[in-house]
Amino acid sequence: MPPAIRKVLVANRGEIARRILRTVRALGLASVAVHSDADARAPHVVEADEAVRIGPAPGRDSYLAMDRILEAARATGADAIHPGYGFLSENHEFAARVAQAGLVFIGPPVEAIRRMGSKIGAKEIMAAAGVPVVPGASLADLPLKESLAAARDIGFPILIKASAGGGGKGMRIVREEAAFAEAIATARREAESAFGDGTLLIERYFDAPRHVEIQIFGDAHGNVIHLGERECSIQRRYQKIVEEAPSPAVDAALRGRMGEAAVAAARAIGYVGAGTVEFIVDREGAFYFLEVNTRLQVEHPVTEAVTGLDLVRWQILVAGGAALPLAQQEVALRGHAIEARLYAEDPAADFLPATGAVALWRPLDLPGVRYDSGVEAGSEVGVHYDPLLAKVIAHAPTRDEAIRLLRRALAALGVGPIMTNRDFLLAVLDHQAFAAGALHTHFIEQHLPPETRRAARTPAHDRIHAIAAALWEHAARRRAGGPLPQSVPSGWRNNRWRAQDASYVLGGERVEVRYVAEPGDGFVIEGEPPARALVHAVDTRGIAVEIDGVRRRFAVAAIRDALVVHGPLGTATLAPVPRFPPAEREDLAGGCLAPMTGIIREVRVKEGDAVEKGAVLLVLEAMKMEHQMIARDVGIVKQVRVEVGQMVDPDEVLVVVEPREA
Amino acid sequence: MEVLRTNVDTRSETYRHNREGFLEQITLLNEQLALAREGGGPKYVKRHVERGKLMARERIELLLDRDSPFLEIAPLCAWGTEFALGGSVVSGIGVVSGVECVVTANEPTIKGGSINPYGALKTGRTMEICAQNRMPIINLTESGGADLPFQSTIFVPGGRGFRELTRRSRERIPTICLVFGSSTAGGAYVPGMSDYVVMVKNGAKVFLGGPPLVKMAIHEEVDEETLGGADMHSRMSGVSDYLAQDERDAIRLGREIVAQLNWKKLGWSKRVPVEEPLYDPDEMLGLASIDVRKPFDVKEIIARIVDGSRFHEFKPTYGTTLVTGYAHVHGYPVGILANNGILFSESSEKGAQFIQLCNATSTPIIFLQNITGFMVGSRYEQGGIIKDGAKLINAVSNSTVPHVTIMVGASYGAGNYGMAGRAYDPRFVFSWPNHRIAVMGPEQLAGVLSIVRRQAAERAGQPFDEAEDAMIRQMVQGQIEKESYAFFATARVWDDGIIDPRDTRTVLGISLSAAHNNVIEGATGYGVFRM
Repeated sequence: MPPAIRKVLVANRGEIARRILRTVRALGLASVAVHSDADARAPHVVEADEAVRIGPAPGRDSYLAMDRILEAARATGADAIHPGYGFLSENHEFAARVAQAGLVFIGPPVEAIRRMGSKIGAKEIMAAAGVPVVPGASLADLPLKESLAAARDIGFPILIKASAGGGGKGMRIVREEAAFAEAIATARREAESAFGDGTLLIERYFDAPRHVEIQIFGDAHGNVIHLGERECSIQRRYQKIVEEAPSPAVDAALRGRMGEAAVAAARAIGYVGAGTVEFIVDREGAFYFLEVNTRLQVEHPVTEAVTGLDLVRWQILVAGGAALPLAQQEVALRGHAIEARLYAEDPAADFLPATGAVALWRPLDLPGVRYDSGVEAGSEVGVHYDPLLAKVIAHAPTRDEAIRLLRRALAALGVGPIMTNRDFLLAVLDHQAFAAGALHTHFIEQHLPPETRRAARTPAHDRIHAIAAALWEHAARRRAGGPLPQSVPSGWRNNRWRAQDASYVLGGERVEVRYVAEPGDGFVIEGEPPARALVHAVDTRGIAVEIDGVRRRFAVAAIRDALVVHGPLGTATLAPVPRFPPAEREDLAGGCLAPMTGIIREVRVKEGDAVEKGAVLLVLEAMKMEHQMIARDVGIVKQVRVEVGQMVDPDEVLVVVEPREA
Repeated sequence: MEVLRTNVDTRSETYRHNREGFLEQITLLNEQLALAREGGGPKYVKRHVERGKLMARERIELLLDRDSPFLEIAPLCAWGTEFALGGSVVSGIGVVSGVECVVTANEPTIKGGSINPYGALKTGRTMEICAQNRMPIINLTESGGADLPFQSTIFVPGGRGFRELTRRSRERIPTICLVFGSSTAGGAYVPGMSDYVVMVKNGAKVFLGGPPLVKMAIHEEVDEETLGGADMHSRMSGVSDYLAQDERDAIRLGREIVAQLNWKKLGWSKRVPVEEPLYDPDEMLGLASIDVRKPFDVKEIIARIVDGSRFHEFKPTYGTTLVTGYAHVHGYPVGILANNGILFSESSEKGAQFIQLCNATSTPIIFLQNITGFMVGSRYEQGGIIKDGAKLINAVSNSTVPHVTIMVGASYGAGNYGMAGRAYDPRFVFSWPNHRIAVMGPEQLAGVLSIVRRQAAERAGQPFDEAEDAMIRQMVQGQIEKESYAFFATARVWDDGIIDPRDTRTVLGISLSAAHNNVIEGATGYGVFRM
């Protein structure tokens, strides 16, 4: 019998740490947060009873540093550790060390984690347990004839990949027998040259599969049940962004079969706690084992919504030795839930992660909508961690209603100026293929190619947002006061030469608002056509302004060099044009500026080098991605201002190249 | 405090007539202001802008804090004269880096910004405003110096400007000069006498004698940059304290300099929360008389100017042709003296007493001037009207609280003096477009001259030519009318500008606030009151 749990340390950050802390509090337990230097003021730290600094910002020095986390547990007297997802959640060594320290690991047994850690090993275990796996074979040194026979057994299309491989090298999709021999030969040559090993694997290739997973739960008393499925087919860069329960492709019969398979899988490894068995489902409804996630999933809230259960509560109960609160037949699914993951990223730029400030964070309180957020107004999103800002979950009686509710919540969410995928999520929800439930893992490539991923802006909306911003700033300046009585009209002239004005850059374009204050709170807005504006209410958080007879409320937040305006017409980020632009920036010619906060990983040039246009000057790592900084012109490297390992800020000058006639 | 009642009948013939007359005058005013804004005309403006330079008004707009009001002083200076409307200078009061400043800018598109006699008059007035109200002055300089054909009218009095600058400095009133272009010969002493000087690179040219004169005098061949460029003055001569990269940079530096002044307003009044007047200020156009010969109730005007239309009347039943009392304007406590007819002995004495009371409590005074003069006639002379008028003039002359005078109608005779006309140094004086100013009404003046002529003829025993007299009367009346016209007066900076009556409250607010930069302290002594 494990010791009673009284104080839980949450070894994670962001939205999941907050979500776990919520249940810990609800269960009447004490809580401990851990944090890196970058997270010293993060919401999860503020919300826990106690918090311990565990190291500098990089994950390996903090949230992945087992010693420090265990030390934090000792220092605070925590008796259990919840790892959340990511970081150490699927690290069997950590789970073992937690147990050795006499603490409860809120997760599956060490052995289950270890065995599911190897993908090939996991597949073998599942095949042995009778769980359907993706048909495949190792070709090793098989002659062509036997290889073709193996391929026929598997069924076309076939995916060929290098056993030693990765990164797409040696990968081939073969749709018909005729092309098989040629493809094998090419793939083998590539694998040999790339990895020095020509061993190939073949497996069934699925063109447009669905990703459906089953939530399983086991206890230490031998009970294992499943809590239905989640469909997570909407993915970008192999990461889920919209998930739902139930799946529009799964009926009760299929759910039963998949559930049984998942339970069988769990039993095969003696599973205890929360886990997820991932499958792919083909067009015919056949399903194949992918992998087991031995942790709480990001998308667990949709299961919580339709089952009415608190999965973290169950995790803690089970970890404390209790039996599962429900039997399989007591699990009922009610309604439909959809989750959208709000990321700081640029969908139009291949979902490049974004960093920056969350000056505005204003979720709208709507019945049936849950916000699991890791940020608050004033948060900063840096380079060190996953750029997930929040999950928005809508639960409604039907799928159509859930889509509509989620759409409304996302549209109404005031967030900025950090770039997010919100408009892109709305485009997914608005797509007719999504409404039809016709989901598959290539949905985004097929339906929403990069050129469609920029939010549509109209000059009319831009103007309204600029007016709202200008009048909000105007009010802020008035509030700040000055030597004259406040009652002296703003911008008054006895010989008016021109209107008061405010200029912004909005979506790369300059928008100017010229206004003349009138008695009361009215303004004449010049332009074609002129407009009238009346400020009904204004404070530090926003403005209610009537423009040409239509009154709208806008949430507004300002940071150093940007304003975010959010209202019924969407969100706009406006950069005020300074009245006195800073002195001319150094001529960079062919050099480069840092596009975002990041770390210099490689410097490929030195001062005095001659570079061609397009030459890679250096490599910047940001948000776990490597960005090549290239020369924009032919020239001589005049200055290299950074070195490997250095952190850089946006717009920092990295390399100066003196242009030279080509 | 009592709320003033109104008896306005917006449907009456008089109301309609007045309103139409005022609107016509306001249109005329706005037309003239628009003309004044045109600078040297499209050709010179285009040439100036094409050189990458900012217009005088653009410089001012950039210098001012965003949303700051700007009360332009004497915008129609030189109206009706041979000189450019506005006097080739733009001046006014606005907020720079949170400090109320006097800003004055040469109009470089008019004869290269050269100074004419009217511009000199206006510049003198702005220096006076600085001194009286203790406000920093910022000169935006680009001037070719004196308008040479008129040098005789400028040279001798013009020297005072430089003396005034250094006196402001001695008075610890900051003087800041941003040099955008030429500032040569005598003009070089504008930066020379200023506390802070910013010069625009490749723009400012500051020297006592230009290359031609240098060549003439000492046979040296030298270019303008070497002789007096911004770079030279910032690196070698020390005439410039800051080298600005361009015009915007100069303005930015000017704003930063003001931000460092550690400015404190010294005037203190017990301000109260502001209430707007209860009645629509637009109604003043129908309530006041467009024809100054027709009287109107000045309390209707007070009711549309003061906070909450509240007025604590002092001596309401005594000397009723002069209304006296306390009110608040934009939260500032003020005493008000307003004419409601001719000045009699009682009303003059009442005014003298009230001015002393305001001084006793260091309360600023607003004069609403609509006066045709002191009462005449044997009964009144025997009653000592001169003695009582003298009391009023004594009090107004020696009062030390800020006076702001608004000309809302007639300003004839010694009434102008007793009610703080220009010669009595009010902090500010503004006029309504119906305003008429002269030693007496044109009709009276012509009539007086006619009587004098008739008496002379009688004494000489000569026949009196009635037809000729009628002609002369008409001519004289016409001339006086012209010379007492509001635009004629404002052209000569007899006031600080003609305003739209509906702006009166705002103008008062800015004026009172400006006045509070200086200490506000009532008089401790007066001339001997003749009893």
